Amino acid sequence: MQDALHIGGKALSSRLFIGTGKYSRNTLIPEVIARSGSEVITVALRRVDPSSREENILSHIPQQMTLLPNTSGARTAEEAVRIARLARAAGMGNWVKIEVINDQRYLLPDNLETIRATEILAAEGFIVLPYMSPDLSAAFRLRDAGAAAVMPLGAPIGSNRGLRTKELISILIEEAGLPVIVDAGIGRPSEAAEAMEMGAAAVLLNTAIATARDPLGMAEAFRGAVAAGRQAYLAGLGPIQQEAEASSPLTGFLNV
Amino acid sequence: MSFYESLMILERIPFKELWQKYTREDVMRALAKEKLDKEDLLALLSPAAGQHLEEMARKAQRITRSHFGHAVQLFTPMYVADYCVNHCTYCSFSAIHDFPRKKLTLEEVEAEAAAIASTGLRHILLLTGESRKDSPVGYVKDCVKVLRKYFSSISIEVNPLSMEEYKELADAGVDGLTLFQEVYHQETYSKLHVKGPKRNFRARLDAPERGCQAGFRSVNIGALLGLYDWRQEAFMTAMHASYLQDRYPGCEISLSPPRFRPYLGSFNPESDVTDRALVQIILAYRLFLPRSGITLSTREPAELRDRLVHLGVTKMSAGVSTEVGGHTSDGGTPQFEISDSRSVPEIRDMLYSSGLQPVFKDWDILAESSMR
Ligand code: SF4
Repeated sequence: MQDALHIGGKALSSRLFIGTGKYSRNTLIPEVIARSGSEVITVALRRVDPSSREENILSHIPQQMTLLPNTSGARTAEEAVRIARLARAAGMGNWVKIEVINDQRYLLPDNLETIRATEILAAEGFIVLPYMSPDLSAAFRLRDAGAAAVMPLGAPIGSNRGLRTKELISILIEEAGLPVIVDAGIGRPSEAAEAMEMGAAAVLLNTAIATARDPLGMAEAFRGAVAAGRQAYLAGLGPIQQEAEASSPLTGFLNV
Repeated sequence: MSFYESLMILERIPFKELWQKYTREDVMRALAKEKLDKEDLLALLSPAAGQHLEEMARKAQRITRSHFGHAVQLFTPMYVADYCVNHCTYCSFSAIHDFPRKKLTLEEVEAEAAAIASTGLRHILLLTGESRKDSPVGYVKDCVKVLRKYFSSISIEVNPLSMEEYKELADAGVDGLTLFQEVYHQETYSKLHVKGPKRNFRARLDAPERGCQAGFRSVNIGALLGLYDWRQEAFMTAMHASYLQDRYPGCEISLSPPRFRPYLGSFNPESDVTDRALVQIILAYRLFLPRSGITLSTREPAELRDRLVHLGVTKMSAGVSTEVGGHTSDGGTPQFEISDSRSVPEIRDMLYSSGLQPVFKDWDILAESSMR
């Protein structure tokens, strides 16, 4: 497989991860998956009810998908750990997206608790993908704790405001030493493309697709945008010129 | 410092004159803002805003969809005891009403729980009348032990408790607290609460904060609309919610806008809250507190509930009985009359056909328990 994203022993050809939380019905999910080309899907354990055949979200997710259960609702590292273990016990595999949020107004992640949860869960063999505020030293600690990638936010969850944290994310991409998956805030395909052009390993989206007028059309639009952004990154963007380059050097006379 | 001090200051606002002062421009300014302040909230509750419900509704719907998506969480209340030591002028359970009182045995609680759980619901709101003697904390805790076998989220609506008592219940698996102030206007409050510990305005007002301190995941507050001027009551409720949200960012604060309903007695409220007023209140809540839950009960008629789910509501009850043991037997006295008696499947179908997704389960009890 060319240009695969390697995480947790898997090679993924799609760099678009999607969510499940905000659809008008779960029966849309299989088609969103098909149209987006996504191979990784995040599911809040809190929403999973294995005892309900009809309403169980998992029964709408095709077998080949990599499940990324998330710890949404956790307010402390301990809660996140407990949720992750419940998810594994429920047969959802060993990938986990750590979400520890202590701020119900903006839903911003608590990096400190996230690092603590990552340490514990990585040691237990989980493939840990922590949702975080883009902070380089936190990213280093997450890497050292055993995270498989980091997932910095572009803007607050559900805000569709795009890459507000662009500068910080590009520092993470350059310095963190592990895949950077931009999570939350991306509202438009152009913003997903931009994240990929910057060198993000992948993007994760939910609101932008789930609340679009035509979620299936939007899923496809993001598929194209993520692929285009990735291709541009690989092709190497030309440097941005601040000034027009003089056709004959201005200091050429010095060499004469 | 508790919300009581803030309330004392807010009460000095000359509401009656103020409502008339707001203009279309004030409303538009509030609508254009992303983060609303107290002034904006007043503008949105003013008569001037009553002319701009459509604009408010569009923005409210947009905010709700982006934060909550198309999900609407379902739950149902479960009445386990109707003994009450208070005399509230507006309630059937009042101590002055003579009817055979009931309190479920734990076996009956279990049967009731099984009946409700079989409809697919996983969120339950456990209710009692307010009597420390007949439904003490220990009884509530015993009920919770039974309920956690059937439900993944348990909230309580019982008499105000101490922080330690709330903590005890949180440790037992309760994750949500509902407690209505009923009336924020203190004079009216003491008029309507004739007898019993509920007369203590402040003890009640501070209880939701104790719940936040005890670590409940969600705290739901509200005024019983119709007991006093609704604009002022809605304003105080929203200010109370925002006070709690500022201090306890880890707790999800939700608001309920229950309207006064017929009951056993003959009290008639002073303020008539029309459908338009209710819509204005819900929209103002949503715009002022974009991420708060808004809970809609079956006090409202079916047709209205079907409309309100598009305007900011994120939680609603379904398959409701307000009688003790009402899911497995009949003959109890309802606390008040409900308006929307649709079953869980009916509500589920209504939501789907409105382009919304009913969410039956949205949490897992994480408290350790020997029962698990
Ligand atoms: S409102 Fe509550 S406290 Fe008052 S009489 Fe009814 S059950 Fe008792």
